Amino acid sequence: MTVETLVPFDEALTRYDPVMGLEIHIELNTATKMFCGCPTEFGAEPNTQVCPVCLALPGALPVVNAKAVESAIRMGLALNCSIAEWCRFARKNYFYPDMPKNFQTSQYDEPIAFDGYVDVEVDGETFRIDIERAHMEEDTGKALHVGGSTGRIHGADFSLVDYNRAGIPLIEIVTRTIEVPPEKAPAVARAYVSYVRDLIGGLGVSDVRMDQGSLRADVNLSLKPKGSTTLGTRSETKNVNSFRSVERAVRFEISRHAGILDAGGKVVQETRHFQEDTGTTLSGREKSDADDYRYFPEPDLAPVSPSREWVEELRATLPEPPAVRRARLQADWGFSDLDMRDTIGAGALDLIVETVGAGTTPQAAKKWWLGEMARRANETGRDLDALGITPAQVAEIQGLIDAKRINDKLARSVFDGVIAGEGTPEEVVVARKLEVVSDDGALGAAVDRAIEADPDAAAKIRAGNQGVAGALIGAVMKEMRGQADAGRVRELILEKLS
Amino acid sequence: MSTDLTRKTADELARSLSAKEVSSVEVTQALVDRIGAVDGAIHAFLHVDAEGALATAADIDDRRAKGEQLSYLAGVPIAVKDVLATRGMPTTCGSKILDGWIPPYDATVTAKIKAAGLPILGKTNMDEFAMGSSTEHSAYGPTHNPWDTTRIPGGSGGGSAAAVAAFEAPLAIGTDTGGSIRQPGALTGTVGVKPTYGGVSRYGLVAMASSLDQAGPVTRTVLDAALLHELIAGHDPMDSTSIPDAVPAVVAAARRADVKGLKIGIVRELGGEGFQPGVEARFTEAVELLTSAGAEVVEVSIPSISYALGAYYLVMPSEASSNLAKFDAMRYGVRVPPAGVDDPSAEQVMASSRDAGFGSEVKRRIILGTYALSSGYYDAYYGSAQKVRTILARDFDAAFADVDVLVSPTSPTTAYPLGDKLDDPLAMYLGDIATIPANLVGIPGLSLPVGLAAEDGLPVGLQFLAPQKADDRLYNAAAALEQLLEQKWGGTLLSQAPELEATR
Repeated sequence: MTVETLVPFDEALTRYDPVMGLEIHIELNTATKMFCGCPTEFGAEPNTQVCPVCLALPGALPVVNAKAVESAIRMGLALNCSIAEWCRFARKNYFYPDMPKNFQTSQYDEPIAFDGYVDVEVDGETFRIDIERAHMEEDTGKALHVGGSTGRIHGADFSLVDYNRAGIPLIEIVTRTIEVPPEKAPAVARAYVSYVRDLIGGLGVSDVRMDQGSLRADVNLSLKPKGSTTLGTRSETKNVNSFRSVERAVRFEISRHAGILDAGGKVVQETRHFQEDTGTTLSGREKSDADDYRYFPEPDLAPVSPSREWVEELRATLPEPPAVRRARLQADWGFSDLDMRDTIGAGALDLIVETVGAGTTPQAAKKWWLGEMARRANETGRDLDALGITPAQVAEIQGLIDAKRINDKLARSVFDGVIAGEGTPEEVVVARKLEVVSDDGALGAAVDRAIEADPDAAAKIRAGNQGVAGALIGAVMKEMRGQADAGRVRELILEKLS
Repeated sequence: MSTDLTRKTADELARSLSAKEVSSVEVTQALVDRIGAVDGAIHAFLHVDAEGALATAADIDDRRAKGEQLSYLAGVPIAVKDVLATRGMPTTCGSKILDGWIPPYDATVTAKIKAAGLPILGKTNMDEFAMGSSTEHSAYGPTHNPWDTTRIPGGSGGGSAAAVAAFEAPLAIGTDTGGSIRQPGALTGTVGVKPTYGGVSRYGLVAMASSLDQAGPVTRTVLDAALLHELIAGHDPMDSTSIPDAVPAVVAAARRADVKGLKIGIVRELGGEGFQPGVEARFTEAVELLTSAGAEVVEVSIPSISYALGAYYLVMPSEASSNLAKFDAMRYGVRVPPAGVDDPSAEQVMASSRDAGFGSEVKRRIILGTYALSSGYYDAYYGSAQKVRTILARDFDAAFADVDVLVSPTSPTTAYPLGDKLDDPLAMYLGDIATIPANLVGIPGLSLPVGLAAEDGLPVGLQFLAPQKADDRLYNAAAALEQLLEQKWGGTLLSQAPELEATR
């Protein structure tokens, strides 16, 4: 392997303009596969979700999953695409052991959805990404190479194939060429993938989990010298599996291409693999123009011709697009731009929506999710929605605070209890005896003891310096293990020392 | 008694069974014995399942004794072309690459046969993956024509046709991609029907060319074909190209058998040069019989037929090249490691397995098809062929606007000697010239035996063609002609076939 000279990103941009194209594969969450009735559950024992059709046993025939077509149309509409009145599947012929038929049933020149766009935002600026097409196809099986150190086929002792994934419906969304201000390219790529994830997630047609491979992004990138109009040779970085990696892959490929071009070399058209640990890409299969998939219309499948009425029905039931929804929520909640960015960045938008829906103010919901919960998520390396506490429970805890039965400090113990599985917030409050004491008898005695213990402070308060009251309040709270009603304690101190 | 049973038609057997004059076990045993006696000379079967067939027969006898309502053909044995998946029974498609493969599922046709209680005698020989017109391309050796065992039985369904002609089975299933039911029917003196495309489910039919393949009946009479046709036809949700409409009433049409006032068109392009004189003579006589029975006969022209053979030999191998890609030694079939390679790659294993597993005709068509689909050639070849199909369909529509059915000789020649055209694929391809157009446009066709050619004494077939979904017209016209011919001969044509000597 040759060591490549990388040109720093900023320097590369002084001489070249990047041209990007992004392909996103989305696995649909239909109950059954694209062309047969096999279940699609993730993580099942290998080769337990297979039948003559998805194993391509001789004679077996595909039948299109109508639910997958519906999902594809909804996706196409959400991407502002036109929906084909009539389209067909095609066979993409090539040999690979994880592909049972040795052709992939896909769509070629007749996609179900075409000519769309999405608008994505980066640093307050909006970029329009043109969608060339969104087409239906089936996923392949999965090869597992056993033995050897790399898990790759070279050096492996043997390979196993799991066909559970073979035939799971996929939608491939292909952009037209993306040309944005060069320095924005990595961020725009990331924002686009993230936007599509939210958009599709909102439709409910896919789990859009990059970590489970239900959303996979390919980054095509080439450079052209500044002022030139001829496109350079592109590389195709496959299956980048996080938003951050999409951004890093674009940056890296710009540096790598620039290095090759500066040295007078030629970029090779090839598939590359992104290396998560180093942020670099490695050469995969070399792809030449000689690749010939011998596409032709799939003769085993009837054409797909969705009625216009059906398409309009589906259009009418589309959810609000993410950008519109965000703008609406921001206005409703009265969040600043910064609040909103933080909320989205933390992945807390839906959690706050639900918490507010359970009867809390947006401010309170934000305070808990972006504060206490974000801290816990950070410490445990988990996502907010995997902490073990629901928006309804957070709302209930805030309700206890509003009713003055607990205070903010005690609330943290309630969170601990709920997350530890000790029961509902109410049950935790009772079991851990966390209720605030506001009974004047008990509080009065504690206040007397605090005054006695700190005569200096008491004197200063008598002299009119109320700011010192905090020290006495703290002492009372300490004695009462945080369970005192701080407001009432303050009132009692001031009464007694007036 | 047993000889009698083997010579009865399926309809006769069904009536005897239902009247309890004979048991299914007796019938099945008689046929199993006949197979044992003559199949050494014919080689119609690749696999005989005597045990399974007799078990089904016993079960049907049992159920009949209990008074259960059974399907009309219940208990009548059948042979199935080895291209249809049969659960628990070997399915090889006449290819080494599937040697020993036992499908874990049934084709829809097989499932319907089993559900109707027809004992399956076994799987019949065929050209490898149905590629050929003589059954000489079977990896397991050729089938011999019962009329003259030095000759071919036609192909690719030579096994099914020979089994019916040699009285080894009253009924058989064939598949027809370019004539593989009708042409062997003509060459063996049997009735062969290619239903309307989509009329019979393709699910479980190992595809050669998906847009052309069609399963259908091979029998000794038109009525038998109609009975079997109705049994296997109908919409199948597992096959998205299957027709949702109701099955045409083919049995009623076969019983009606009346051509009075029927308009019959002779296809001008399917006759004359290249057609054997003895074939043309029998064809002409048959047409005269139809006229005498009150049919109106006119000559029609379908000019685009001259492009059909060319279009067929682009579409068929193109689809076949893709359909056969699944035979890669990964999930089933034989795996042959490459010679002299220590640590072969998956690709090398695939290549060596396919090299060893596929015969020369299959390889020839895969290469042809791969070429025709490749970028830069697609438009010129596959694309043009599809245009020919469109034009051909339009021409047939125009012809059917004037006539009810079309007729032609089924095959330009009678059965030729084994080996005669094996080294000349193009000459062999010409044998399907009259049958191919129906597959390209999806219309139904039926071949009826109409006599023996004077020069060689071998059977001649007449082909009826009807518009899409008008399969019943074929049965009506063919049954009428069959009656006229049988009156003339004093029996079926097959009763004139030479006696086969028992081989053991």
